[in-house]
Amino acid sequence: MVELALPKNSRVQKGRHHPAPAGAKKVKTFRIYRYDPEGTGNPRWDTYEVDVAACGPMVLDVLIHIKNTMDPTLTFRRSCREGVCGSCAMNIGGRNTLACTHGHEEVPGSTCQVSPLPHMPVVKDLVPDLTHFYAQYASIEPWLHTTTPEPQTEWVQSPQDREKLDGLYECILCACCSTSCPSYWWNGDRYLGPATLLHAYRWLVDSRDEATGERLDALEDPFKLYRCHTIMNCAQVCPKGLNPAKAVAEVKKMMAERLV
Amino acid sequence: MTTPVRERPISPHLMTGGLGSPLLWRWHLTMFTSILHRATGMALYGGAVIVTAWALALGAGPEAYQAFFDLMASPLGRLVLVGLTLSLFYHLANGLRHLFWDAGLGLSVTASFRSGVMAMAFSVVATVVVWAAGLGSGGQ
Repeated sequence: MVELALPKNSRVQKGRHHPAPAGAKKVKTFRIYRYDPEGTGNPRWDTYEVDVAACGPMVLDVLIHIKNTMDPTLTFRRSCREGVCGSCAMNIGGRNTLACTHGHEEVPGSTCQVSPLPHMPVVKDLVPDLTHFYAQYASIEPWLHTTTPEPQTEWVQSPQDREKLDGLYECILCACCSTSCPSYWWNGDRYLGPATLLHAYRWLVDSRDEATGERLDALEDPFKLYRCHTIMNCAQVCPKGLNPAKAVAEVKKMMAERLV
Repeated sequence: MTTPVRERPISPHLMTGGLGSPLLWRWHLTMFTSILHRATGMALYGGAVIVTAWALALGAGPEAYQAFFDLMASPLGRLVLVGLTLSLFYHLANGLRHLFWDAGLGLSVTASFRSGVMAMAFSVVATVVVWAAGLGSGGQ
C-alpha cells in the first residue's frame, strides 16, 4: 500500500553530535541513520564531524574511520570494498549506491547523509533485513532447468547466445535497485522487484534453459511482474550500470509474444 | 537471524518522518514523469465529468447552458480548462513513451531522460498553441 510517511516507530529523530577531533585539517559533516534494537528510542540522525583529510575518499572509508576513531558502536555491512560483493549497499545523499565505490565528494551539498536501503526493516543502524529480498530471488529458481539428458561435457552455448546474458549476469544482488523502486516500496510483499526480475529474465533468455514456459507461467501474476510502471529508478541507481527496467520490459514482451 | 526484541522500524524512503518531514529520496526526472502520468490520468477523469456536464447542460436548455458556459469562462473555470489541456497533452505524450517502452525501445537512462523532457515540453507548447489558437479565433 502507498505509504508516503513513516509509521510512528520509524520516524527519525534528532540524535547525538560528535564534534571534530582536535587538530582536524578538513572537516566534513556526515549525518548518519542510527537505530539501536536493544534501546527504547526511535531511530535518530547522529552527526559526525569527520576529518576527511585523515581517511580515504569513499563513503565506506569514512564509515570505517568513524567506527575506528570516533564511535565504535556504528554498525554497517562491508566486505570486498571494491564493488563486487554488494554488502555495503545503502542510501547516500538520497540515492542508493555502494558505499565502497561512491566518493563522499560526489554527494551534492556540504553534509553527506547516509541511511539504510529505503523501506526495509532495519536490524541495526545501516543494516537492513534482506530476508524477504533473498526469498524472492530464490522463488524464481535461479539455476539451469533442463529435461534433456545431461551431456558428456558441458552444456554448449554459441557466442551469440552467450552475449544475451551480458548486462544480466553482472548483477551482484546488492538490492540498490529493488529498494529504489516506489512500486517495491508500496507492494514489495508481492511485487518481485527489479533485481529478482532481472534474474528471472537472465534465465528466460539463457539458450541452455528448457523451462521458459514454466518460468513465464510463474511470473504471470498481476503483482509479481506487472507492478513495474517504468519509473526507471532501478536503472539510474544500479552501481554496476545494469538496466533492470529493460529486462522487465523484455519479460513483458515475452509474455505478450507467446499469446500471439 | 534472531527474533528482534521489538518491532523493527522501516527505513526512510520518500520522507524521514511523518507527513511534512524532510525528504530523503533525491528524485529522478523519470520518477517525476511517472507520478505525473498518474496524476494527469486522474485529472482527465475529472475532465470527463466536465464534458458530461457540458452535454447535460446542452440538453437542459439555453439557461442551463449559459450557466455552464459562464462557470467555465470564469477565471477559475479557465484555470481548470488550461490544466485539463495540459493534462491531456502530457498524458498523450507520456502514453506514447509507454508504447515505445512496451516495445522494448528507449529504455536506457539517457533515452528515458530525454523522452521525459520532450513529453513535458510538448505538453506545454501544445497547450499554449491550442489556447492561443482558441482565443485568437475569437473564442472565449
